[in-house]
Amino acid sequence: MTLDLALQYLVAGLTYGAIYAVVAIGFNIVYSATGIINFAQGEFVMLGGMLAVQLSRSMPLPAAVALSVAITAAVGAVVEVAFIRWLGKPTVLRMVVITIGVSILLREGALFLWGEGVRSLPYFTGDEVSSVGILGARISPQVFWVLGTVALIVAVLEWFYRRTLLGWEMQACAANKDAAALCGVPVRRLVTLSFAMAAAIGALAGAVVSPITYTSYAAGGPLAIKGFTVAILGGLGNSGGAVAAGLALGVVESFAVSVLPAAYKDVVTLSLLLAVLVVRPSGLFASGEAARLKEF
Amino acid sequence: MRLPAPARVALLAAAVVAVQLATQASGKGFYLTQLTMTAYYALVVVGLSLLMGYAGQISLGQAGFFAIGGYTAAFVSTVDLSAQASLPALALLARLGVLVARPDLYGGQILGVNPWAGLVLGVSLASGVAFAVGVPVLRLRGHYLAMATLAFGTIVSAVVVGTQRLGAADGISGVPPFPVLPGVRIGGGSADRVVNYYLAWGLVALSMLLLGNLVGSRTGRALRAIHGAEDAARAMGVDAARLKVRVFVLAAAMASAAGVLLTHYVGGIGPSETSAMKSVRYVAMVAVGGMGSLWGALSAAAVLEFLSLRGVFGAHDDAVFGGILLLVMLFAPDGILNFRARGLLARLRGRPAGSGEGA
Repeated sequence: MTLDLALQYLVAGLTYGAIYAVVAIGFNIVYSATGIINFAQGEFVMLGGMLAVQLSRSMPLPAAVALSVAITAAVGAVVEVAFIRWLGKPTVLRMVVITIGVSILLREGALFLWGEGVRSLPYFTGDEVSSVGILGARISPQVFWVLGTVALIVAVLEWFYRRTLLGWEMQACAANKDAAALCGVPVRRLVTLSFAMAAAIGALAGAVVSPITYTSYAAGGPLAIKGFTVAILGGLGNSGGAVAAGLALGVVESFAVSVLPAAYKDVVTLSLLLAVLVVRPSGLFASGEAARLKEF
Repeated sequence: MRLPAPARVALLAAAVVAVQLATQASGKGFYLTQLTMTAYYALVVVGLSLLMGYAGQISLGQAGFFAIGGYTAAFVSTVDLSAQASLPALALLARLGVLVARPDLYGGQILGVNPWAGLVLGVSLASGVAFAVGVPVLRLRGHYLAMATLAFGTIVSAVVVGTQRLGAADGISGVPPFPVLPGVRIGGGSADRVVNYYLAWGLVALSMLLLGNLVGSRTGRALRAIHGAEDAARAMGVDAARLKVRVFVLAAAMASAAGVLLTHYVGGIGPSETSAMKSVRYVAMVAVGGMGSLWGALSAAAVLEFLSLRGVFGAHDDAVFGGILLLVMLFAPDGILNFRARGLLARLRGRPAGSGEGA
């Protein structure tokens, strides 16, 4: 494999990996606040892409993306209020099945609204054929949009959790709900906010990546599985780990396709997921100490 | 109404006969085709009900086990070995009855694998895979187990779609009928319709009888203890890990056997049988019937699967299953037969519902 070809695979892998990381971060936000794995997280990404495509027909692109993110965030909040908030302390089995039900409804809703067709946004700058040459590899400008957006999302989240009162409250809520409530943290509202944030982040990623990967009503499911794999690899709740694991998985997949038939790409990822779940369910970066305190 | 298991099986048998007579009397004999398919899908659901309701373990990969059975049967029964018939190993297999010759469409001879061998192979393969996957994965709980089984099902799906020898996106068709007994064969011919109907539902009744015994036995009590409180069950000397794996393997074996038989019945199998949505539908039917109720799961499967196969839900089939799943889990997590309106109203008014949560 020549250098420029390897670089090409590397960049493609990083692009997909960045999206996996964002889906994983969405899982983490909800998981930290509620202990729930939201199986509908992939549908938020799909919804962000599809809504942006729809809206971009009647307004400029930045406005369409912004509005799509806002609408998806609202959908996320509604999902929490309608299906999760009033359940009290549901069992894990029940929560898994409920979020799967939500994901089916969102997917079927998208199918009803937009049909089976594959859609995409126009390239944010340039078009399909424009590219930037780096060390002999040809890279689409959209790749920089994706990587930049993901970096921005991670930076803003970091700032939010480290520097804002709301972020601290959310961390308190994740650490111990009852104690947080006793300190005056509005726990219920923060849980709703966590769903809205996860939806918004997913939607933004879905919109930015749609010129490259295209999107359709069924795009959410596979993304959710990849995102979950990444969340596990990085350690559930660890967003820094998710970014590292996401980029790594994207690159591994990308190079796997260069030797294996493309149809087996997902087999590689999922076998990796199974292997990690078996050997190290706490993730690649977690300390053994912390892992022993958790229940898997 | 708590009937003993044999009485329930007798009731099921009476219902099966009544339905057949009713379709005959009303000239709707063609309903029997979907009813037969329903019976095979019901086997998958009942097995899953044992896993979810009694052992308390979720599997989102049941379609994967169904597909392992179905695809194994389809593959071995459509392969033609007549060109290699002179190989000593194949000659030996033919003498043992593992290989059988049958005429093809054009009057030639095909040397294929005996469907019985396909059944044994398919079920053993699925059970072996279930064991290999189950031993490590069943140590995990909740979300992890759900995702691990979902990943397993998706791997099966990806392998099937990516493999030319398994028909890729087209699946395998032209699967011959399965001669079970002299004069009785599992296949889609209209002359065999009534026999197949009774055969399929007879298998369901037999399974219910056996599973009823299992659930009522020492093992069944141990399983319920695991579901209630695994640590407490362990402390009482229940080997939880081993029991969970056994039930997982049993559920997989039932799913794969259903896959083998249904594939022979409809004459083929396609990748849609492996989709994650199929696995979710099986979970939905268990949920509707009520976790921990084999008969509830059977009833839910019989009604929902039949309506779905008849195309009653049209293009919104998946949406209907998603909606049903959501409604049941939100409002009646113990199944619609155990729906308690008062507890729900109390919950909606923001008061605790009194009794703890089931399932």
